[in-house]
Amino acid sequence: MSAPLIWIGLPLGLAGFLLLIRRNRLVAILGAAAALVLAGLAWFLPLDTVITIGSYAFKVAPTFTILGRSLTIESGNQGILTLIYGLAAMWFFGALATPKGRPIVSLGMAIVALLVASLAVEPFLYAALLIEIALLLCVPLLAPFDSPPQRGVLRFLIHQTLAMPFILFSGWMLAGVEASPGDLNLVIQAGTLLGLGFAFLLAIFPLYAWVPQISEESHPYAAAFVLFFFPTVTLLFLMGFIDRFAWLRANPNLPGILTSAGLLMVVSGGLWAAFQRDLGRMMGYGTVIETGLALLAIGQYPALGVTIFALLIVPRGLGMTIWSLSLSRLKSEAGSLRFSAVQGMIRSFPSAAVGVALSHLSLIGLPLLAGFPPRLALWEALARQSAASAGWYALGIAGALIGLVRTLAVLSMAPENTPWRWQDTWLQRILIGFGLLGMLIFGLFPQTLQPLLARLPLVFEFLGR
Amino acid sequence: MLPEILSWASVGLIMVTSVALLVSQSWQRSLLFLSLQYLGMFWLVSLHWPMTMAAVKLVTGWIAAAALGMSQPQTDQPASSEDAWPQGRLFRLLAAGLVILVVIASVPTVTDWLPGLRTLETLGSLLLLSMGLLHLSVTARPFRTILGLLTVLAGFETLYAAVENSVMVAAMLSVINLGLAMVGAYLLSTPTTGETSA
Repeated sequence: MSAPLIWIGLPLGLAGFLLLIRRNRLVAILGAAAALVLAGLAWFLPLDTVITIGSYAFKVAPTFTILGRSLTIESGNQGILTLIYGLAAMWFFGALATPKGRPIVSLGMAIVALLVASLAVEPFLYAALLIEIALLLCVPLLAPFDSPPQRGVLRFLIHQTLAMPFILFSGWMLAGVEASPGDLNLVIQAGTLLGLGFAFLLAIFPLYAWVPQISEESHPYAAAFVLFFFPTVTLLFLMGFIDRFAWLRANPNLPGILTSAGLLMVVSGGLWAAFQRDLGRMMGYGTVIETGLALLAIGQYPALGVTIFALLIVPRGLGMTIWSLSLSRLKSEAGSLRFSAVQGMIRSFPSAAVGVALSHLSLIGLPLLAGFPPRLALWEALARQSAASAGWYALGIAGALIGLVRTLAVLSMAPENTPWRWQDTWLQRILIGFGLLGMLIFGLFPQTLQPLLARLPLVFEFLGR
Repeated sequence: MLPEILSWASVGLIMVTSVALLVSQSWQRSLLFLSLQYLGMFWLVSLHWPMTMAAVKLVTGWIAAAALGMSQPQTDQPASSEDAWPQGRLFRLLAAGLVILVVIASVPTVTDWLPGLRTLETLGSLLLLSMGLLHLSVTARPFRTILGLLTVLAGFETLYAAVENSVMVAAMLSVINLGLAMVGAYLLSTPTTGETSA
């Protein structure tokens, strides 16, 4: 038995099996339970060690070889596996309360397995190929069979596909740079290709037009799933690049480039969010801000980069799950998430409205919510570097805050004497309630994430130690 | 001498088919040009890879074209044009001409970047890459988008074949090409896009 078979092969097989099951709830429960088991195994199962159960002894090998290349999951990767499958379990449980949640679980399981494979493949730059295969599976999620594909999906497909050639070529050039680090031309060429590849993959300004588009056009829960998992894994991939290449890690300009890109994302995302008239697009710009924050965090390496980045992941996943789950409810009722359609809906769907508001508040970094501790640490680190950076950061967050105020105004703008009616289902109330409770717990007691945070940096040989 | 002539003929074939793909409005002709384009690409890849491995690219491309062809609506419908983009053939021809000029001008620089690559392979791959990008920039239709992406990938694969000959990469790139065709077929199967696919 090998670790890649457990965390890549099994979920891929399970995804195929789940595709055959028609019942929405059964698929969600099976998918979530399987993801939870995989997360638990990642936490507890020792790798490359003989395990004895009664008279039966076995060892989980870290490597699986396929077509002359290998997939390797070492014990250092188990923290990140726990996180990925734990968050996947949360998303799949959320699909219980989402109309058309079945494909999110079955295809989502395959997508998560492929993204894990992208973190395990050796040579690691082949990850770009696996990410590309995973994104092809996203198309049926974002463009359901019963509705015509919109421009956002096509743009998503184009932008993400264009990233792959850049990454593969830069990887090939980086090997050359390792051999002759003094060749400045080669360094510039490799760096440019790498930058373009990640700009496409992470939808860095100005290449993020498709993000709010798919948030508006597609099912909010499916869009949020894609917008959470892809950037998260891509950011880990980016950190892998920085970790492996000494010349890249030691480049004094790289933290500045990452910080500038992050600030550009936070400021532009925040300012655009302030002017949106669609709650789906608002969430899309929220994800743009989140990616910007992650880039800012990585830009703090070697001191705090990995720690703050790791601290951002769980609140981001939790916030996006609640946000998109709530938006799904509102969209299924109103038909659209435009301000004109959702006006006054807090009276009919209070839990969904509260879910939207609190997720947005967590994005902004309201104290007591899960997003607050990493944002505080990040803002403090930025302010230590430069007051201007901290100021730009505040401007972006202020834009997102204006977006929130407008959202709240629209949701509560019901005609006079409209009665309060709880039209959310019990399941939705419970799931949103648990999510909000989680946000409060991680906000009030961020140390609950400490065991996970301690293991995450082990993925990286240099950045995390 | 003969391989050299065939190589230049492949580049010529790529140039003609990529321009024709951009200009053509009929899905049948577009798929024919795409299939011929893969023939040119196959020859350029075979300069670096064993013939059997290079043939994988050809077969994959043809299967992708077949998948796209099978997903087209069965009824006879008029070839549609784009809604908002510049759509005249003259415009596209002029744009293609400009792109070809830029490609020819940039071939020596790119050849210097990539050791092991000769002028004609660089020319062929850059033509595919840039015509694919041009295609993507003047369309908003799923069918055309997939054609553009397949063309871009064909250009990239031609270039990458010179530096990487891993079986796993070849397999994954084939999966990606077929996956793109399947995605295209899926998008074309939705009722409204099927009517205006060409």
